[in-house]
Amino acid sequence: MADAAHAPGKNDAHHDHAPSFVSRWLFSTNHKDIGTLYIIFSLFAAIFGVGLSLLMRLELQQPGLQIFSSGQMWNAYVSAHGLIMVFFVIMPALIGGFGNWFVPIMIGAPDMAFPRLNNISFWLLVPAFLLLGGSLFVGGGAGAGWTIYPPLSDDTYQTGPAMDMALFALHLAGASSILGAANFITTIFNMRAPGMTLHKMPLFVWSMLVTAFLLLLAVPVLGGAITMLITDRNFGTAFFDPAGGGDPVLFQHLFWFFGHPEVYIMILPGFGIISHVLSTFSKKPIFGYLGMAYAMVAIGVVGFVVWAHHMFSSGISVDTRAYFMAATMIIAVPTGIKIFSWVATMWGGSIELKTPMLFAIGFIFLFTLGGVTGVVLANAGVSAVYHNTYYVVAHFHYVLSLGAVFTIYAGFYYWIGKMSGRQYPEFWGKVHFWLTFVGVNLTFFPMHFLGNQGMPRRYPDYPDAMAGWNMVVSVGSYISVASFVLFFYVVYLTFRKGEVAVANPWGAGATTLEWQVTSPPPFHTFEELPRIR
Amino acid sequence: MTGAPVPWGIGQQTPGGVLAQAILDFNNMVLWIIVGITLFVAGLLGWCVWRFRASVNPAASQTSHNTLLEVAWTVVPVLILIVIAIPSFRLIYYADQPREADMTINVQGRQWYWHYQYPDSGNFSFDSYPIADADLKPGQLRNLAVDNPLVVPVGAAVRVITTGHDVIHSFFVPSLGVQKYSIPGRALEAWFQADREGTFYGQCNQICGTNHWFMPIAVRVVSRTEYDAWIVQARTRFAQGQGPGWPAGDLPQAVAAIAPVN
Repeated sequence: MADAAHAPGKNDAHHDHAPSFVSRWLFSTNHKDIGTLYIIFSLFAAIFGVGLSLLMRLELQQPGLQIFSSGQMWNAYVSAHGLIMVFFVIMPALIGGFGNWFVPIMIGAPDMAFPRLNNISFWLLVPAFLLLGGSLFVGGGAGAGWTIYPPLSDDTYQTGPAMDMALFALHLAGASSILGAANFITTIFNMRAPGMTLHKMPLFVWSMLVTAFLLLLAVPVLGGAITMLITDRNFGTAFFDPAGGGDPVLFQHLFWFFGHPEVYIMILPGFGIISHVLSTFSKKPIFGYLGMAYAMVAIGVVGFVVWAHHMFSSGISVDTRAYFMAATMIIAVPTGIKIFSWVATMWGGSIELKTPMLFAIGFIFLFTLGGVTGVVLANAGVSAVYHNTYYVVAHFHYVLSLGAVFTIYAGFYYWIGKMSGRQYPEFWGKVHFWLTFVGVNLTFFPMHFLGNQGMPRRYPDYPDAMAGWNMVVSVGSYISVASFVLFFYVVYLTFRKGEVAVANPWGAGATTLEWQVTSPPPFHTFEELPRIR
Repeated sequence: MTGAPVPWGIGQQTPGGVLAQAILDFNNMVLWIIVGITLFVAGLLGWCVWRFRASVNPAASQTSHNTLLEVAWTVVPVLILIVIAIPSFRLIYYADQPREADMTINVQGRQWYWHYQYPDSGNFSFDSYPIADADLKPGQLRNLAVDNPLVVPVGAAVRVITTGHDVIHSFFVPSLGVQKYSIPGRALEAWFQADREGTFYGQCNQICGTNHWFMPIAVRVVSRTEYDAWIVQARTRFAQGQGPGWPAGDLPQAVAAIAPVN
């Protein structure tokens, strides 16, 4: 062997001989270390995102303007909350974090296809986050909503560099996503271990494959749209300015051609995680594996042809509305297949209600609730009274804040022993689940009522009649924030006092490859490629 | 009646006209369906957790396919969607345009007030500003009251043409079932019909800058005779460079008190 000749060979001798701190964490090319960096980054960004929502709920707790000095400041905080949660919390945790950690291990690959590309994908996120966070403190901030519709996002109405900083942040985060997506697609198509056919791939890998394709096709459209917005703002073009022959509605089409697939980008990896967790803790193989895989493919494909259901009030013609309404409702079919297949996976199983399983079952219920309000909103006729109201806010927080975030927690509790070598404390994990479950439902369920009553979103103040439910929502949000703080306590307990995790702490139900290697896996996971029969 | 949110309200605002009623009826039908689906899934989950808990069911079945079931949970949702889709299509074509509009009103959202124009009643136009907290009279609703409401006759099908001025706003009156963006460079059409006299409130519903939350809409629905009187008075006041104010007549005391104020 040429052990002495090159460094990676040396590591073969000592399993866990990792590089020095700087080269391991700053110049990392190891998929597990990059995954860890993504997860830490996501938790850090979540502190900001949750902090912004806490400020928002403090303001909305009672009528009148209390803690925000102006509507513009409010708008900037609301926009930053949305963008941070989407681009810097959910996506890094699910895709960069769990995706990086477990896609290569699950398919029996030694690492991602392009380790250095992987590294820059992560490090692009850091300046992106700094730019977006910084935009809050420059001038009046970037207060055009996370949808940044012109003309409000033009230089006439958002003066100064704050909006440009936010747009460049999106560009960097977008580039990070596109590079990451290319990496995942290449890895999954080319680096599966012998015998790991596409139809034997674990569902989490399927979910990441579909997600990566969505990213690759959707994010460049956002890139085009915000590039045009940047030149409109800074170089005198008029792509979206009717005075120069442009069209504000064009931006909405471009934005939502990205924006709708984006919501599936946030939830599909979670679908994969939930399938693993349910199968493990029911001690049953996943029900209807092929149907589950192709349901995700179908959701991904149809997700690209429904974007204008976000624009029912933008003046698109009635026939166009009819088409987008029908296409949108069709998404309920593959989603239904997934929900019922998950239930069927549990059916007849031997169910253990460990913390990851609690989050998974909670997810199914909450995602169903958020899904059926999505069917309501798909109806263009009803959207006359629901568009842009708190009903919509309730809907997308049920599928994202409760749905996607629950999948992150499920994945965290499921894999933390594998990732860190230390198991979480079961009691505190369950306390965390119940506190979160109560808090988020108290926060978001009454928002349906506020929406029914016509409360528009992005309002720092509201008519007095809406004060009652807003108080309830705020109290719910304080409980949710408390559960978020408790989560950090659970993390602390895990690393400080957690039991040493064995290779497979879950028993016979855990069948994927990550449970075949030690906890944590060696620095180089597979010295020999595993064979899958 | 008054079309406005009520304390602790959980349902939609009381509809004030045929369009809002049609939307509410359809929404109620869908609501029953989605409540049923949610309870069904919740029941299945609860049953699984109870019946198949490890302590009573230590040996897990290894079943992972059942073609009949898989076909069923694909086909049944499709059928449910068809049940929803048929009345839904009917609703959007009904809501798209009035068959015969009795009158047209041009609506323009501006930072941060509304500009209304009556093209077929002398083409006068006026601005509708919110009333600041300090100037509220007793009985006026904070964040909803305006100085010059949009005035329409009861039972008339009103065509609304929205145009944009600065940024995008949204003309949104939930109790009349109408919402349409007002977009620079575009003229969009919507309609509503108020079948009861009263005041119907709405708010700007597309983020439009720092006072997005403070540009309410008030639609004052009056009898045909009152409306005709208001039109005459409005034209006069408009010629004098004043806003038309609230229509005279049997108004709530608090509202009548501000009528002369401009």
